[in-house]
Amino acid sequence: MNFSLLSILFILTSFSVYANDSQPVNPSEINITAVVMFIIFISITLGITYWAAKKTRSASDFYTAGGNISGLQNGLAIAGDYMSAASFLGISGLVFASGFDGLIYSIGFLVGWPVILFLLAERLRNLGKYTFADAVSFRLQAMPIRSLAACGTLAVVILYLIAQMVGAGKLIQILFGLPYSVAVFIVGLLMICYVTFGGMLATTWVQTIKAILLLFGATFLALAVLNQFEFSFNALFTEAISNHRLGEAIMSPGGLINDPVSAISLGLALMFGTAGLPHILMRFFTVKDAKQARSSVFFATSFIGYFYILTFVIGFGAIVMLTNNPSFLDGAGNILGGNNMAAVHLSKAVGGDVFLGFISAVAFATILAVVSGLTLAGASAISHDLYASLFCHGKAQEKREVMVSRISTIMLGVVAILLGITFEKQNVAYMVGLAFAIAASVNFPILFFSMYWSRLTTRGAFIGGAAGLLTAILCVLFGPIVWVDILGNTKAIFPYKYPALFSMSIAFITIIIISYLDKSPQAKEETAAFDDQFVRAQTGLGAEGATQH
Amino acid sequence: MQEIYKKIRNHPDFLNLVQTRKRISWLLTTIIIFCYFTFIIIIAFAPNIFSQKIFSDSVITFGIIIGLLIILLSIFLTGIYVYIANKKLDEINNKVIKKITAN
Repeated sequence: MNFSLLSILFILTSFSVYANDSQPVNPSEINITAVVMFIIFISITLGITYWAAKKTRSASDFYTAGGNISGLQNGLAIAGDYMSAASFLGISGLVFASGFDGLIYSIGFLVGWPVILFLLAERLRNLGKYTFADAVSFRLQAMPIRSLAACGTLAVVILYLIAQMVGAGKLIQILFGLPYSVAVFIVGLLMICYVTFGGMLATTWVQTIKAILLLFGATFLALAVLNQFEFSFNALFTEAISNHRLGEAIMSPGGLINDPVSAISLGLALMFGTAGLPHILMRFFTVKDAKQARSSVFFATSFIGYFYILTFVIGFGAIVMLTNNPSFLDGAGNILGGNNMAAVHLSKAVGGDVFLGFISAVAFATILAVVSGLTLAGASAISHDLYASLFCHGKAQEKREVMVSRISTIMLGVVAILLGITFEKQNVAYMVGLAFAIAASVNFPILFFSMYWSRLTTRGAFIGGAAGLLTAILCVLFGPIVWVDILGNTKAIFPYKYPALFSMSIAFITIIIISYLDKSPQAKEETAAFDDQFVRAQTGLGAEGATQH
Repeated sequence: MQEIYKKIRNHPDFLNLVQTRKRISWLLTTIIIFCYFTFIIIIAFAPNIFSQKIFSDSVITFGIIIGLLIILLSIFLTGIYVYIANKKLDEINNKVIKKITAN
């Protein structure tokens, strides 16, 4: 905790010294449809929050919506939690800029889901209650494990939040013509409202509605593109090749990854990072049992996979329809607002101002849904793992725990707004990558070993997880993006952009060695307790059930 | 509860169930990890394989087809697992619990 906070402080202070030359974004005129659609979305979601607030009383209500969400809705909510504006605008923008390479990212973001299902989902549901730390501390010492898990959670949540907030501010600036800081403030305020008052129930509904809107909007965009080519992919690709400055190269792997270490490292971070994201893991406690937990992963994987296929078509559609269209280009022939605006401009090209308004509102809704899920996960780590389990030794009054959670939500919201404003002009692209690396090197290893390896001891998990956390942060700090591009040094001390291969290896090896060396009586007890844990994880006997309303 | 856990732990029916589940989940995990990392390694070492066209008169490359197939494979494998686990394994699970806790 101390270290991650310190390092963030350090990054903060060093950033303010080195100003970055990120592109200025010009506010455009306000799109009435966008504003109307957006106000409708906010009214509906705030209405739901009001309804959810009346139903949210117990801790179980606040953290898990009482465990009463259906598999299908949880699948939609997971998709809504996971398909961020970065996936929608970023990946379609990447396809627009370099074609095939965009697909590498989408596949990486998808393949973690089968792994979560096959290895974690049902055991997690059977062992845990509100946070993934519940499952890890089932047989390990609560004190060290929960503090480590809370560090991992808060580091991931804050990094992810900053990236989302900065993206949100810039996007809203372009779409609605609002000043950056006002945009960040509105996002933060709405997110605080949803989570503080409506807890998991309101968050789930915001994510569900957003997922449906996003899937609908992206489907319409992709169909509109394909319709122009009479649904012939070959015709679409041929036309894109003739329009794109890279020509036929857009159909093949480009320069995104070219050395094997980076390739494997990025692959590991995406695949196992997804399996360690706290806001995603938390969603498995919102359903009744392991069966519903499994179904929700199937639905989520289907929606997310389908969505990534759409973004690929959208990216190619943007190549065809925007590249030679002067109304979407600036003087230098680049697309207005940068590549990430490809999907937004395309919506105007195929559906006029009305559809542009719709997609803009969807993008805004997307950001709100993702930051709400993140904030709820962060607040739960503070109130459930730190306050209730550490500070009160598991004897916290339920009412007080929920209150602490609400206060933490407000604090995290304020922190997110402040950091969002601080990082306005900074390069934040590495932050999501770092968040995935930390998730893959701290949360995933301790969760995985606690379920699969009886010899894991508290000491092994704590030291190994902390080593993974430190390695991930240091590798990024001394790597090409922060050390060279942002801090202005000439040569990176750590030569690779993606640290996961190293930080995950260090976490795994340290966990194994320290656990083996641990001969304390406590270690013996922890190993002995594995048998009971195993039966519960497999059968669901004794698992936390849904509460009745 | 611990008494029940103890009873279940070494019961042959339970061990059978665990074995079946383990086999399925590790098989599927291996498939998806193998396919994904093969995809990534080809991009890093031999991107030319993915630049080949699927037909001589088409612009669509193997890379795009394989990428699409991995997305569909992910959905397909999760579907298979959920089907087996929710329809077959859960049934066995409930039978085992009932049988063991009854006597």
